[in-house]
Amino acid sequence: MAQPSHQVPERIPVTLVVNGTKRDLDLAPWTTLLDALRDHLNMTGTKKGCDHGQCGACTVLVNGRRVNSCLTLAVIKDGAEITTIEGLAKDDALHPLQQAFIDHDAFQCGYCTPGQICSAAGLLAEGRAKNADEIRELMSGNLCRCGAYPNIVAAIQQAMGRP
Amino acid sequence: MNNFQYSRATDVADAIRLLNSDPDAKLIAGGTNLIDLMKENVERPSRLIDISRLPLGKIEETAQGGLRIGALVPNSDLAYHPQVEQRYPLLASAILAGASAQLRNMASVAGNLMQRTRCAYFYDTATPCNKRSPGSGCSAVGGHNRNHAILGASPSCIATYPSDMCVALAALGALVHIAGPTGERRIALEDFHRLPGDTPHIDTNLGASEMIIAIELPPGGFSRNYSYLKVRDRLSYAFALISVAAALNLEGNAISEARLALGGVAHKPWRSLEAEQSLRGRAATADHFAHAADLLLQGASAASHNRFKIELARRAIVRTMMQAASAAPQSQAHKKIA
Repeated sequence: MAQPSHQVPERIPVTLVVNGTKRDLDLAPWTTLLDALRDHLNMTGTKKGCDHGQCGACTVLVNGRRVNSCLTLAVIKDGAEITTIEGLAKDDALHPLQQAFIDHDAFQCGYCTPGQICSAAGLLAEGRAKNADEIRELMSGNLCRCGAYPNIVAAIQQAMGRP
Repeated sequence: MNNFQYSRATDVADAIRLLNSDPDAKLIAGGTNLIDLMKENVERPSRLIDISRLPLGKIEETAQGGLRIGALVPNSDLAYHPQVEQRYPLLASAILAGASAQLRNMASVAGNLMQRTRCAYFYDTATPCNKRSPGSGCSAVGGHNRNHAILGASPSCIATYPSDMCVALAALGALVHIAGPTGERRIALEDFHRLPGDTPHIDTNLGASEMIIAIELPPGGFSRNYSYLKVRDRLSYAFALISVAAALNLEGNAISEARLALGGVAHKPWRSLEAEQSLRGRAATADHFAHAADLLLQGASAASHNRFKIELARRAIVRTMMQAASAAPQSQAHKKIA
């Protein structure tokens, strides 16, 4: 195992376009995208669950693709467009997935919900899931400890416009 | 996570130069495994060399009629590429059996090859582990080893290599293109990962200052008779207890060529030429597949908690070969095993 480096590098300028707004940051290179959002931009809609890519609570869209922000270094995504749960609603209108999660009571405690909805937005953009089995498989990176899965699948089906 | 320096490589030569100048530096692309291991203090690189912007993201036809896949192609893009879906559906299926949609969006093809074992003791820095800390001992040998190796293990290490994608790549006979300080070379995917022996801390035959630049698929894709079956403790988003990549070329019901690789059983994807050649010219029947399974599992040996994997592997091989023979590949979304 390598010995730790005691020399702390300079902070690195990082620009992220978060929900359409350009944000300039100076970050240590080990800052994850999740911590940049929550601790540096005070956008706490994106949740820290396991912090190891196992639960999906931190899911955001980077350049339109869903990723685990806890396993993403912010500096690597310099210049990228980030969409978080705070950026899905347009003006006063909820995103169809947000409305569908309410209509289907697709949560209990709500902690996994921002990640579930961002992941589902990525799923809809990918266009690969055509039925409930495929939704379940392609949403398997988002855990819900309350067990709201049947309602989450129903909500996504509603937003997808498919039975 | 430890403090580290960050460099953004400008081209492949720059990445190799940076690697060569700092033995504790590591390349980063998707980061899905490396960042996780850094958070656990298992990996403590002095410097991360960001290669994510290098132009290694293309999938191209080769002159031989195969495909050359750039090192940085995300796993999801590879699985959903029309040429891969049509010509190499075994590879597409294996990729979709692994990880989650988010991780597949992030993870690069080369990073998939470089991922490290998920042995719990490797991750737990409070316990001895010869792979993490050479010479400290193996905690898995006398510990919880239900998910550990049944083939090719050593007294030093019984960890398994976790990739699904590489099980299919091994079956398909893929090549790994590598760049280093003295130029480029290529080796068979099968020769890329090592058995643990008494140096389990060395996972691959990649040199210290080398990097993967592409994966090459030969022309034969077995697009009609194939199946990838992954047996695991939950239906999705879990590492394999056993996985099987099966591919056949059939003339009528007679096998002209067979490929068979196992995942979740060893320190690398497990193949046996003897097992595959035993099927040549034979009818595609469960008996012949069971004989091939016995040949592939020759020398299998259990640790204290994983004896079940030997019989599970034998049955999974027969089942997967029958799926391949009947052109009814396992679906990765509809989980019922036909």
